[in-house]
Amino acid sequence: MKLITAIIKPGKFDEVKTALRDAGVKGMTVSEVSGVGRQGGHVEVYRGAEYPIDLIQKVRLEILAEDKEVDALIDVIVKTASTGSIGDGKVWTTTVENVVRVRTGEKGETAI
Amino acid sequence: MDQVVVSAGDTAWVLASSALVLLMTPGLAFFYGGMVRAKSALNMMMMSMVTIGVVSVLWVIYGFKLAFGYEANSQWYGSFSLSGLGDVVNELTNNGGVYPIPLLVFAAFQLMFAVITPALISGAIADRTKFISWIVFVAIWVTVVYFPVAHWVFGFGNKEGETVTGAGFLASRGVQDFAGGTAVHINAGAAALALAIVLGRRIGWQKSPMRPHSLPLVLLGAGLLWFGWFGFNAGSALGANNIAGLAFINTQVATAGALLGWILMEKIRDGHPTTLGAASGAVAGLVAITPACAFVAPWAAVVIGFIAGVICALAVGLKYKLGYDDALDVVGVHLVGGIIGSLAIGFFGSSAVNSAGLDGIFYGGGTDLLSKQALGVGLVFAYSFVATLIIGYLIEKTIGFRVQSEKELIGVDQTEHAESAYEIGGILKGGR
Repeated sequence: MKLITAIIKPGKFDEVKTALRDAGVKGMTVSEVSGVGRQGGHVEVYRGAEYPIDLIQKVRLEILAEDKEVDALIDVIVKTASTGSIGDGKVWTTTVENVVRVRTGEKGETAI
Repeated sequence: MDQVVVSAGDTAWVLASSALVLLMTPGLAFFYGGMVRAKSALNMMMMSMVTIGVVSVLWVIYGFKLAFGYEANSQWYGSFSLSGLGDVVNELTNNGGVYPIPLLVFAAFQLMFAVITPALISGAIADRTKFISWIVFVAIWVTVVYFPVAHWVFGFGNKEGETVTGAGFLASRGVQDFAGGTAVHINAGAAALALAIVLGRRIGWQKSPMRPHSLPLVLLGAGLLWFGWFGFNAGSALGANNIAGLAFINTQVATAGALLGWILMEKIRDGHPTTLGAASGAVAGLVAITPACAFVAPWAAVVIGFIAGVICALAVGLKYKLGYDDALDVVGVHLVGGIIGSLAIGFFGSSAVNSAGLDGIFYGGGTDLLSKQALGVGLVFAYSFVATLIIGYLIEKTIGFRVQSEKELIGVDQTEHAESAYEIGGILKGGR
């Protein structure tokens, strides 16, 4: 089992969510986050003064997936979230030891 | 006529009313601002605020004369003049007769109506409008639609002796609209319908709920609108007199009736009386009583308000059946409420409560008055809808009226104004 974590542009979230649904994903956890990557920061002007902005708003998606579907789901996310410009985000996976469904106590892949 | 002198009481009331009506536009900003999602709250409020700027400036340059200058002796517009209101400083108001208030006080009062009418339209196009295009739209729309229509409805002409020159088309035909059921609400409602069609549906409409981000702000706005509306309606008497008193009490009780009608309808249909329903119901009642407030008895005002509350609560569902995204229900509340109030005069109108009024069907006056009212409703709706469609498509085809979909998803507060309504992110708060 794998945990897929994706950091994407907020404006792309709805599209990605719909595409993942269509790809058969039943569950995901979403949070609004801020961070910095290769995009770096930029300078904003407000009331005539300049301020360096180094943290950019992004959306983080977390999805638990069976090993055999991971590559396909990453493809879906990358394809839908991409605009081609810098700051599109990142997707990574981590290995998950176990998953337990709280209601039934089911364990492993059946709990996903 | 030279013997008419300025009345301190009347002038004081109309001055106070003007300030009350101005307050309605920031009130509307809160009412609408609370109803949209957090990411477009500021843009929504800015559409109202910038309207105060644009319309006030145009009003001084040529707007007042285009609506209420009678030199051209036309039924359809006032006069073309760029005098900047410098030539009328010492004149009294003459609008179908001389009122003992300075003309500039009348001009200030009427300005506030010209400001709020286009601001009302903005609710239909929430979340997706290019701000600069909205400014251009407001300038064109008041010039082509509001100023002339105000002349048709509110322009009673310049009266010298028994001769009246330059009276508006609807005013001179006896169409009764005391404070703007046709000129303000049907006008704005029809324009809202047209712009909702021009801009199209928001991304995710009917898929995601798009709930109001702050109902307390909506209630604050509804309260300010209700308060300011006493100036709108009772101030339209242009004096501190019996008619102002009648309009004042009718404004209060019709609004109360509509608030109750709306939440009763919700309780029966959906199971819960909602905060948004109470606020919308109050506004529906204010809209419906606006044309009728000086022509009907207070009991009739309650009935008109209650009917408006119930019907408008049903009418806001129309957009889902017909498929236009009127985001904040400007059509369901202002167009429908305005039609209800304007036609209600044909039933409840009574010359006993206002000697300048006519008897409606319930007072033995027959259908004469109702058919006049229908003429006013139909003409203003048709003109505003068609003219707004044309203006809207012209703007869409030239400078564009709607933001790109990426900007719409991020939110127009960030993309149009580089601000957000709520800076509460702490250290996590990022930039754009």
